[in-house]
Parts: sequence; C-alpha cells; structure tokens
Amino acid sequence: MPYPEELKKLIKIVESTRAERVERKKKNEEVPFLSLDARTDRLKYHPDFKEEGRRELLIGPSKGYRIAHEMADVLESYSRVNPANVNLSNPDYETDVLVIGGGGSGTSAALLASENGARVIIATKLRHGDANTMMAEGGIQAATKGHKDSPYFHYLDVMGGGHFKNTPELVETLALRAPDAIKWLEHLGCNFSKFPDGTLKTIHGGGTSRKRMHYAADITGAEIMRTIRDEARNRPDKIQVLEFVPAVELILNEKGECAGAVLYNMETEEYFIVKAKAVVMATGGSGRLHIQGFMTTNHYGATADGIVIAYRAGVKICFLHTVQYHPTGIVFPEQAEGILITEKFRGAGANLVNIEGKQFVNEREPRDVEAASIIKECIEDGKGIPTPTGKMGVWLDSPMIEDLSGSGTVEREFPGKFILYKRFGIDISKEPMLIYPTLHYQNGGLEFRNTGHTSLPGLFVAGEVGGGIHGENRLMGNSLLDIIVYGRIAGKSAAEFAQNNIGMSKLTLEHVVKYNQEAEKAGIDKDRVSPMLLPDYTTPEIRKRQLTSHYVGTMR
Amino acid sequence: MSDTIPVVIKAKLIPIYIMGKKYEVPETLTIMKAIEYAGYKFIRGCGCRGGVCGACSTVYRKPGSYKIMSGLACQTVVEPEMYLTQIPFYPALRSIYDFEELTGKPEEIFESYPELFRCVACNACTKVCPMDVEVMDYIAALKRGDIKAAAEISFDCIQCGLCASRCMGELPQYHIAQMARRINGRYLTPAAEHLKTMVANIETGRYAEEMIRLKAMNTAKLKEAYQAREMEPATGGEDWTPKEKIGL
Repeated sequence: MPYPEELKKLIKIVESTRAERVERKKKNEEVPFLSLDARTDRLKYHPDFKEEGRRELLIGPSKGYRIAHEMADVLESYSRVNPANVNLSNPDYETDVLVIGGGGSGTSAALLASENGARVIIATKLRHGDANTMMAEGGIQAATKGHKDSPYFHYLDVMGGGHFKNTPELVETLALRAPDAIKWLEHLGCNFSKFPDGTLKTIHGGGTSRKRMHYAADITGAEIMRTIRDEARNRPDKIQVLEFVPAVELILNEKGECAGAVLYNMETEEYFIVKAKAVVMATGGSGRLHIQGFMTTNHYGATADGIVIAYRAGVKICFLHTVQYHPTGIVFPEQAEGILITEKFRGAGANLVNIEGKQFVNEREPRDVEAASIIKECIEDGKGIPTPTGKMGVWLDSPMIEDLSGSGTVEREFPGKFILYKRFGIDISKEPMLIYPTLHYQNGGLEFRNTGHTSLPGLFVAGEVGGGIHGENRLMGNSLLDIIVYGRIAGKSAAEFAQNNIGMSKLTLEHVVKYNQEAEKAGIDKDRVSPMLLPDYTTPEIRKRQLTSHYVGTMR
Repeated sequence: MSDTIPVVIKAKLIPIYIMGKKYEVPETLTIMKAIEYAGYKFIRGCGCRGGVCGACSTVYRKPGSYKIMSGLACQTVVEPEMYLTQIPFYPALRSIYDFEELTGKPEEIFESYPELFRCVACNACTKVCPMDVEVMDYIAALKRGDIKAAAEISFDCIQCGLCASRCMGELPQYHIAQMARRINGRYLTPAAEHLKTMVANIETGRYAEEMIRLKAMNTAKLKEAYQAREMEPATGGEDWTPKEKIGL
C-alpha cells in the first residue's frame, strides 16, 4: 500500500533537508567513520550483545558454548527418525560425491567435483537453486583492479569487518581465490555489469577500502545462481539432482568417515539412503529460526539443517554467537516486510535519515555497526519513524540517487526494487524507503579448513553453513564470494577424497543413537525433533484445531 | 513480528477462494501469507518469499470477470472474492547443450530450440509475466538473431514458467532466454582484461609475501594496518590510484 498521510507529512521533512545533503555528498563531506573504540561502544545496541538472548549448549561437541536460544533449540533435539528402523544394508543411491544443498555453494561444489572425475548427486530440500544465493542482490567482492586494489586490502577489510577474530587461513584463501572465482563465473556466461570494453564495474560496500564490489544490476545472486544451475543441468550424466529431499542425518562408516546421508522425501514421507565416498555440506544458513523474534531476509528453507546433522556427527561449531542483521530491511509496507534493500543503495549515495530529516551515521560502516546505529536511533534516541503497523524504522533516502547521478538512475540500477515498490504504489525514485535491521546471515557455523575439510573425514563444508571466514561479522559481497570460492574448493577436495576411497566399509548411524542418548541424559524434552526443515507459520488458532498427534488410519 | 503470520490481526477479513474453496483472510496479506493464514503449510509453491526465485507463480480471476490474472504469491496482495491457484511447476522442455562448444551464433539457439519459430506473436507471454518482462519482444529479438537484445530484455526473468504455461506455440521461453544470456555473457561481451592480469599475478605469487606478513600479524598490528588503509573516495573515478603503493 502507498504511504498514508502521516508518513507523507514526515517525508516532507526528508525532502526539506535533501538538497543540502546532496551537496555535502557531492563534496565528499561525509559523516565521519566511527573509530574502532566508538564502534565497540555502538555495538552495545546490537542484538548479539543481549546476554539473555543466549544459553550454553547442554550436549554435543561444543557443549558449553553460548549461542542463541533458537539455534540451541534445534541442536538440543532428537533425530527425526529412529536409527534402529533404518536399513543401511541396501542403499537407494550410490555415488562418489553427495552434495547436500542445491544453492550456490552446493552447485559450485557439484560442478567442480564432476570436473574432477566424480559422479555427483545433489540432494536439496526444495528446488535446485532455492537458496539465499538467489536472493543476494548487492554484489560479489574481489580485488580485480591491480592499479588500486589487491588481496592485501581485501584481507584487511574482511578482518576489520569480522572484528579481527576471523580464521586467518580462511580469509587468505578467500582473498587470493576471489579474482579466479569471478573469472570462472565470467567464463560460464554470467552477465556482470561491465563497461563497453569489458572492464567490470565495481563499487564500494560497507567496510571496503577500495571499490571491489562486482555486480549484475541488482540481482547479482540470481544471475550467478541461474548461470551455474544452468551449467549443472547441462551435465545430467555426471550430476544428478534430487529435489524436495532434505538430508535428515549423515551416515558414517565403521572407519569413522562420513559415507552418505539419510534423505527424507517431504512429499511422500519416505526415507532414502544415499551411500557416498565423500559428502559436501552446503545447506546454507538459518534466518528462518527467527532469532530473537527478528524478521528475516532469508529463504523459506534456511533452517540450519546442515549444522544440526553435522554437529550430531561430531563436527564442532564456531562464531555462532554472532548473527548478522542486515541494516536495511523493509519495515513498511507490511506485505514486503523483512525483504532486503541492498547496501548498493547506500553505496550509490542514499543517506540514512531520522525523523528530523538528519543523517545520523556514515552509510558505509560495517553491517553490525550500521544496524546497531539504526536500532540506537529508534530505541535509545527516539528519532525513529513509527509505522502504521506499530513498528519503527528510519528513512533510506533513495531519491538522492537521482539528484546525484541523474534522473532515471534508480529505475535503471535497481529495477527489482523499483518494480517491487511500484506494485505497492510507492515510487522510490521520488519517495524514500522505510527500513529497519532484519536477520540476514549466519556469521558462524561448522568448523572447517581452507581445503574444505572438517574434523570428520569425508565431510567437506562450503558456504554459509561453515564458520570462520567472516569472523563475527560479514561484509557485503563476501558471501556470494565465499560460496563460489569454497564451493569450488570443497567440490574438488571431495572428488579427490572419493577417488582414494574404495567405499567398502559398513555404514552406521551409531553416532545418532549416541547423540539421542546424550540428549535423553541431559533431560531434553522428548518432543524436540530436528532438523526443522521448514518453518511453521500456522496461526495459533489453526494449531489449536490440529488435534491429530499420532497417525493411525488412512488419513494423516 | 517478522514476516511470519502476525499473531493479532487487526485488519478486516475478506473472502478468497483457494482452489475454489472459501477462506476468510486479512485484507492486508499477500497471497502467500493468506494461504498460510488459512492453514496450509507449503512444501512447493514457496521459495525466497521476496519475489526473485519464481517458486510461487499464481493465477487468479476476480468476480464477474473472465480475465485470467497472474502474479507471484509472495508479492501480490489478496483481493476480495479472488479465485486463485498456484502453478508451482510447469513441464517445459529444456535443451541440453555443451556451453564450451558454442560460438555465439544465433543458429546454435535455433538448433537447441527449433520451437522458437512456432511463436505466433500473440503476446500472451508478456501479459502473464509477473516481472513485467517483455517476453514476446525477446523471443522476437531471438528470431531476428539478436542474442544481445534478448539477453538484456530478459534480464529480470525469474524463471517461474508462467510464460510457457500460456504459450500457444508451446515455447519454453525462460529456458531459451537463459541460454541467450549465457551466450551473451561469454561470447558477445568482451572479457575483462584487468581480471586476467590479476589472476595471473596471483598465480605467479605477486602477493604471497604480503599475505604471509598479514597472517603473522597480531591483532594490534593488524588493527594498525587496518586503520592505515587509504580509502578510495566514493566519488572517485575508475582511474583513481592510492598515494601509497603498499600492498599493490
């Protein structure tokens, strides 16, 4: 719906200060960046710093680690299926490499595994390509312009964004392999935004010292995803894709290696066994756990499944004590709530503005600092804009972009968001957007090395499901990069592992039996079952009427 | 809060017909949230919930009108008395091709998709497109052999398949467009020279020593190097160069 009268009045205030803000932008007179100390102070307003939002894990390899309740809930749960009922002696599928997850990292891994001689199965919960990758808008970082940038600066930016806590080896590999990742995508026919001579267009993102954000208009992730998916579809003899079958447990062998997975067909409710010589975990993130009740930008299927099942198999977790809130999620109109507004709007010059029409923070701070600043402005300083649905937000002044770069720029550079708002009767080239931080990225995840290996032989990790690359906070443009760089690495490593593995050892789910026992001993409620697979948005009213708890007859 | 179903719904309830069956839902919801509000749980027909993945194609009709409307369930707000159904999958033929073997000639697309010429220019594809892509125009561009134009016109395609569902000529438009875009990206657009140079420099170890130095830094040193970074100005042009050559 269009802005109601009350909001239109407040927009007048934004308009009244715009000309002056545009002038300052043109002269490069920015609100100064916060010092590292001031950043620390500001971060007190970040949801990660709410101690009551977390608890210590009672069981598993990272027992004692304090993480969000919502994540702890799915880790401290029982298996969906009784291991005693699963017949492992007659697998339904056999392959060299099983890739769990059909997003950007899984698909990259499948392509590289197939190029390294492996037969591949991708098992994915929804459709191939249904993933956060598809939704990433802003861009993909890589130091590709040697006259002003290098992996040196990329490394420093990543570390600074992550509070200098990142795992150095993982960052080094990310920065050094970034340009080759872009080249690979270019070679596969990805339509990056370019100058006529082929030079890639690059812009700034929050926390970058050089303009190294490459993009494909404002649907970079979708363009990457549909390109690599198309390539995977051209190799049906090497890559088999199984859709709507999430993995619900990993399978080990008697040598203690990862040797497959139990898949669950959500439509027919059957379980299937895949036997594999190596497994790549690429299940992505967990926004749909709605940590601390936040709205999310994430895909319907982002429910931490991979973390849950690898944790049960003994892989430790790290950096899950931090969660990324994207500074700018739509808070009005209600229909579009939670949807991400790419940082590129700020990169292109749009100010964040409070109810008085004042810019209150530099728009290129790292995401956590930016989000904390918006929360502070609304909650502490009371200068947020109240929405008709009883929430708070601040303005993202997109019409500034028109004043800075010419009329028509917003529609041309941000076609996706322009159309989205147009449907609700809002023209974002003339009216600002109302935004608030939204749950966006799982900074942490499974521990892994820069070769994709985990502590569990035969299990490799790629993408958002892994932790360490981004430390405590990821910068824009490093997630699309992460999935391509580490997807390719994991795929190659898995294919090599598979080649040296004759796969003769007997399959077992003993680790699941033990985990269930540990949960029972810790007194965990028997009704708690995970992975979650899909969030439940049923209303309480409906739930009250859904009385069947155990199915017996012919109807569920 | 969140893009979940609100617990307290203050909005007025309106009747909608989900596959012909009547439900009362709040008038402010999108079709997707309204279906969930009615008590359904999606396995198919729901994806990104943000209008970019093409999982939730929906067709509907309003009372007293013969006209078939379309939209994405996650983006379209419910209207009173609408009759709707989702089309979460459409069986369109996708041609398998060896991308490395292509050269960028239009004939390669014609060979993969000869049905392209079954297009009768009825424009049903464009009318049904929830992304306002000029589908018929890119098909026309391809028939003329203009792959670049087709790639550009089809750029916002989310591959939901609604175009194929309405096509008299039974074309799989969105698959054809995908092939065109990849050909455009690889064969009809110049490759980035600076990218090749950088990849070669990394392979020959130009930055290896700097990276070893960085990895060996303790946090204090690293913070120092971080704060010493010269920032490229937001308004600087392509040819901006830093004063300090450190790290380059």
